[in-house]
Amino acid sequence: MNLTRRDTLLMAIGGAVVAALPMPVFAAATEDQIAEFTGGVEPGTGGITLTAPEIAENGNTVPIEVDAPGAVSIIILAAGNPNPGVATFNFGPLAGSHVASTRIRLAGTQDVVAVAKMADGSFVQASQEVKVTIGGCGG
Amino acid sequence: MKALALKGVAAVSALSFVAASALADENANLVVNGEIDMTIRAPAPDHMENMSEVMSGWLFRSSETQALQLDDFENPGMIWVDDAREVFASESGSGGESCASCHDSPEALAGVRAVYPKWDEEHGEVQSLEMQINECVTERMGGEPWKYTGGTMVNMTALLASVSRGMAVNVAIDGPAQSTWEMGRDLYYTRTGQLELSCANCHEDNYGNMIRADHLSQGQINGFPVYRLKNAKLNAVHSRFKGCVRDTRAQTYSPGSPEFIALELYVASRGNGLSVEGPSVRN
Amino acid sequence: MAENVRPRVRVPATVAAGETITIKTLISHNMESGQRKDGDGNVIPRSIINRFTCDFNGQNVIDVTLEPAISRNPFFEFQATISESGTFQFTWYDDDGSVYEEQKEIAVE
Repeated sequence: MNLTRRDTLLMAIGGAVVAALPMPVFAAATEDQIAEFTGGVEPGTGGITLTAPEIAENGNTVPIEVDAPGAVSIIILAAGNPNPGVATFNFGPLAGSHVASTRIRLAGTQDVVAVAKMADGSFVQASQEVKVTIGGCGG
Repeated sequence: MKALALKGVAAVSALSFVAASALADENANLVVNGEIDMTIRAPAPDHMENMSEVMSGWLFRSSETQALQLDDFENPGMIWVDDAREVFASESGSGGESCASCHDSPEALAGVRAVYPKWDEEHGEVQSLEMQINECVTERMGGEPWKYTGGTMVNMTALLASVSRGMAVNVAIDGPAQSTWEMGRDLYYTRTGQLELSCANCHEDNYGNMIRADHLSQGQINGFPVYRLKNAKLNAVHSRFKGCVRDTRAQTYSPGSPEFIALELYVASRGNGLSVEGPSVRN
Repeated sequence: MAENVRPRVRVPATVAAGETITIKTLISHNMESGQRKDGDGNVIPRSIINRFTCDFNGQNVIDVTLEPAISRNPFFEFQATISESGTFQFTWYDDDGSVYEEQKEIAVE
């Protein structure tokens, strides 16, 4: 791959912007649902991995996976949907891991958020932006 | 793929890994269930003057979409293949017969999808697979015809495609089929609609390029019927034709019309050598 | 019962004791979100599968609450660890009161 000086500069700027971003702030409805799930406890970070495509070819079917070792339950929220709720995974005694995958609907480009309740009652959170594209002809 | 298009992709990925992740590995191979090795690139058939290689639409999709076709369980289209298996074995029509009365099992029809549309001597016309199925349903079984792009029909074509997966598309374009094929070729290259676009403008001149946020494919139909993420159901090839023509802002032909049968034969012949993939998964 | 609902599950037929297995489930369902309108502008009422559970010999593996943002034809993949032969019980609960069930036997070797 041949990078021009301009490309390299742009990438460096992009990296700096990403690094400077604070914890994302979500719409009130999403914050409310997180608070309801955690009982108002502010979730920490780390110990939870949310895997979603950076660009979804169609918002109607977006594959996601969440992995939070030791979680009791995990709530998935789509911060930009009309209703942010997506799913809640409650793991039972025979769960072989605390990983779950599903396919979700996203109304447009937005943050997908996962919050896990751990066995000790603490909470951790991860989020990822998914860009939702529309087809070439709308067809 | 054209050098220009490749250069464009490289430039985009240099600027942003986000865009790069949307375009899947161009050297990926499609092996379904770890056992059906699909031919997704093939030398262009001799009749194609403007292209050297034909490529499955699978190659143009994101890695996440591609993954959905690797395994029959992940592929939601296979749900309706199972539905069609039940219909295949169910008696219907006045004769109290099922598909299985004559054809034993769907697997006995392996290879059929690969050669349709096909000249039918008895009827003196090129017939699509849907027409052949309806001939069975009405003339042999004494039933009412299935709607051309309705669920029962699409499911049955998905079943028949599924048992031919991995076999090379090989439609005949000479002999009695030639005039129909030529009609289809003319339609392919005719600009239609307010946008004045022909099939070729997008799928021959610009495959590999982006049309807004969509990665344009060659418009191959070896993967039909297609489970689309957009509507989360199986889509018949004539429904796709209708959508494309509509998107040129033209009055469309009807599914099952002689024009679309001819176009289907011609477009199928552009994929001669690619594997039957249906039901495939696309965006 | 909603029309043409067909559950599918994939579970290995055998497993070594204590080994973790991957389970996949898919069910054909429209998952009408309640956000769409029909041709006359009337909201099409929500009609979704709202809960999915997987149990093994009476013990829970996973219990999922589904919202309308789950795609049509809901798919789940998750893992279970079991130490005895038995039966997985899969249950999907529809807004309309329907319950769809599927069982799979598994042998521990």
